[in-house]
Amino acid sequence: MLELIRHPWHWSVAGFLIGLTVPALLILGNKTFGISSNLRHICAMCVPANIPFFKYDWKKEAWNLFFIAGVVLGGFIANHFLSNPDAMVIAEKTKEQLASEGITQFSNLLPTDLFSFESLFSLRGFIFIVVGGFLVGFGTRWAGGCTSGHAIMGLSNLQLPSLVATICFMVGGILMTWLGIPFLLSL
Amino acid sequence: MEKTIQNIKSIPETKISVAKNLKYLVVGTIFGIVFVKAEIISWFRIQEMFRFTSFHMYGVIGTAVVVGIISVQLIKRLNIKTISGEKISIPDKVFNKGQIYGGLLFGFGWALTGACPGPLFAQIGAGFGVVAVSLLSAIAGTWVYGYFSEKLPK
Repeated sequence: MLELIRHPWHWSVAGFLIGLTVPALLILGNKTFGISSNLRHICAMCVPANIPFFKYDWKKEAWNLFFIAGVVLGGFIANHFLSNPDAMVIAEKTKEQLASEGITQFSNLLPTDLFSFESLFSLRGFIFIVVGGFLVGFGTRWAGGCTSGHAIMGLSNLQLPSLVATICFMVGGILMTWLGIPFLLSL
Repeated sequence: MEKTIQNIKSIPETKISVAKNLKYLVVGTIFGIVFVKAEIISWFRIQEMFRFTSFHMYGVIGTAVVVGIISVQLIKRLNIKTISGEKISIPDKVFNKGQIYGGLLFGFGWALTGACPGPLFAQIGAGFGVVAVSLLSAIAGTWVYGYFSEKLPK
């Protein structure tokens, strides 16, 4: 059993469990699933700076901070006790394309030649780690949600604005992948 | 100065109960494990999604949405209540241009970091320390959005 859990899970199992998060949070306490709101709560908690956007009672949303604390804990547990004994399996085509664009390490979940503290101080690493992170925080808040709030929760509730947002997430990602990343990897 | 004091007073004191919130920690933990075990936190899986070289992420998101839609429909039609007997209500999303502009910008960031906000937290838990820098930068991005929010098109 443990052996089975340690190997990468099939997409249907993961999708099923992630989908169940929606009713689980609703039934446990009338909470709507959405992770990026936590970035706002952290701002409201730590650096509200008298900005109207951060002046609200973030403590009422504390449940969500517990939720993401759980996500960190879950990441730790999965990595320490349930980690995959084998190297990551990546589609040949992806590997080929990325190798030609300058990625050399394929055995881990993240390419360690790009996501490391050494890389952080190169222009290439700075763009992927810092600029990328900034766009995630800025973009999700402007869009009013991320993959969880719009693509999962919003679509589950058949919300048209969430469909628009999800399509834009995908279009943005595809544009960056095809037009931006080959150049940025060559820096 | 006086204004600030007034503002502070206008926010009622809310106490955070650890006991009441523990259940969300448990759901989050399961969620984090799924993220790692299904390799959703992998930069490579996100690249495969955007390069159309693997079905994996489409399968994950598609299944999650189908399960979510069925669940929400069941809750609404069977009038299922919360465990404390409350009526379940899901606020509607209101359309604004931010979903387009912000959505595209988030898409750029998603492709670069290979992570949406959830996986950022799971990656840190899984020991990718440098992602803490991405998370701090995402918090900074949210803060900058908050600073300019009234001036941005909506």
